[in-house]
Formats: sequence, C-alpha cells, structure tokens
Amino acid sequence: METFLFITTAIVAVGAALAMVLSSNAVHSALFLILNFCSVAILYFLLRAPFLGAVQVTVYAGAIMVLFLFVIMLLGAENAELGEEKIGWQKPAGLVLGVALLAEIGYVAYRGTKLIDAPVADATNIGAPTTISAKLFSTYLLPFEVISILLLIAVVGTVVLTRRRVVAREERQS
Amino acid sequence: MISTNAYVLLSAILFTIGVVGVLVRRNVIVMFMSVELMLNSANLALIAFSRARAESDGQIITFFVIAVAAAEVAVGLALLVSIFRAKKTTNVDDVNTLKG
Repeated sequence: METFLFITTAIVAVGAALAMVLSSNAVHSALFLILNFCSVAILYFLLRAPFLGAVQVTVYAGAIMVLFLFVIMLLGAENAELGEEKIGWQKPAGLVLGVALLAEIGYVAYRGTKLIDAPVADATNIGAPTTISAKLFSTYLLPFEVISILLLIAVVGTVVLTRRRVVAREERQS
Repeated sequence: MISTNAYVLLSAILFTIGVVGVLVRRNVIVMFMSVELMLNSANLALIAFSRARAESDGQIITFFVIAVAAAEVAVGLALLVSIFRAKKTTNVDDVNTLKG
C-alpha cells in the first residue's frame, strides 16, 4: 500500500513539475506547481512528518502560491514569452546542462555513502508537532528568533520596494 | 517501507526539473517558481534523511527553509512588481540595461 501510494504520488509530483516548466501560460504553471506542492505534502505524511505536511499545504500551496497568482494576474504576465527568442542556443544548452546535472546527482547518490534505513518503530513521533516545537523552542531558539526578524525585514522591504514611486510622485507635486 | 534512496532520487529529479526551468524559461515569474521547486525538492531530501536518522532536526531545518522561502517570495515579487513598473516587461531578456 505504501509503495503504491509513493509511486503514484511521485509520478504526480514529477508530472506536475514537468507541466509547470513546459506550459506556456504562467497561470497554468502556478496551478501545476500547487499540484506539485500538494503531492510533496502527501510524501511528507508518508515520511511521518505530519506537521511539515500541514505547513507545506498551508504556507507553500496556500499563502505563497496565492501571492504568485496574485502577482501574475496583477501584472498580466501570463504570456510574457510570446515572440521570438533573443538567444537561440539557450534552450538546448539548458536542457543539456539539466541532463548533465541529473546524471551527476544520480551518480553521487548511487556511489555515495550508504544511506541508513530508519528503525521506523522508534521514529513514529519525530514529526509530531510536540517534538518539533520542543526542539524549536530549546535547541533552535536563536534561529527561530532570527527568522522572525527576517520576516519582519521582508515585510518592511516589500512595502519600501512597492511604495517608493508613489512617494516620489507626491514629493514632486508638493 | 520506501527506502531513503527512492526519496533522494525523486528529490534529484524534481531539483533537475527546477534547474532546467530556470535555464530554459524566460518569463521571470516562472523562473521564480522553478526556484521554489528546487527549494521544495531539497526539503524532501532533508525530511527523508530526517526519517533515516530517526531525528527531527532535518524537519526543523525544513521549517526554516519554508520560512526563508516565504520571505524570499515576498521580497522577490515586490522586486518583480517594481521592475515591471519601470520596464513594462517580465521577460528577463528584455531587462538588459547593464549590457555593454
């Protein structure tokens, strides 16, 4: 059952990722990416990480992708690539480099250190919210606080970046 | 149960698709989404390793990666909006002001 679920979800994830790269409409790309994120969330649940699966669905597939869709709709940038290519050799070169990278990663994963398989019976609650939060607020307290400052800076930066021209115009008028 | 190798292989495939997306696509929003795909595949590998070692540290790192990705998307999309206001385009080949 687990194998069947893994294979199905993996095929959906890879298919959605390929469709995201290949579809010419950016809105379709965003929707395929949401499908990919949801299938990866299912894989998180299979890996016994229920907290991160929920975070993946709410933050990634929910909040971040809504922001993406909002910006695509706002700019009207669905079909930004119509018209001729400026650099003709870009696509074949990108594909060749991608295949080379996949071969490289595959070789390293095949020849690399032997991966251990978990004693799952002991590992059932490593992804529980209680375990995660206990570690987050003790061992990883400093990174957690830094993340909160980073998010605050990101919010301020977003406001600054998008408001600047309006402020400049008002100054010119006064 | 599924071996960690299978998850790492899937993660490698997703990462490569993200890299190819950045290299091949010219729409800057789609390139940005490909970067998200790469971050996501790294998260998948981290969680697979976390299960293999029966420790939750990999999952906490994934949590931080998701938080940093959220901040990055907020700032990146704000940059895109201001570039679009200045240049009226989202095609990266048209944003070549620094080109000599």
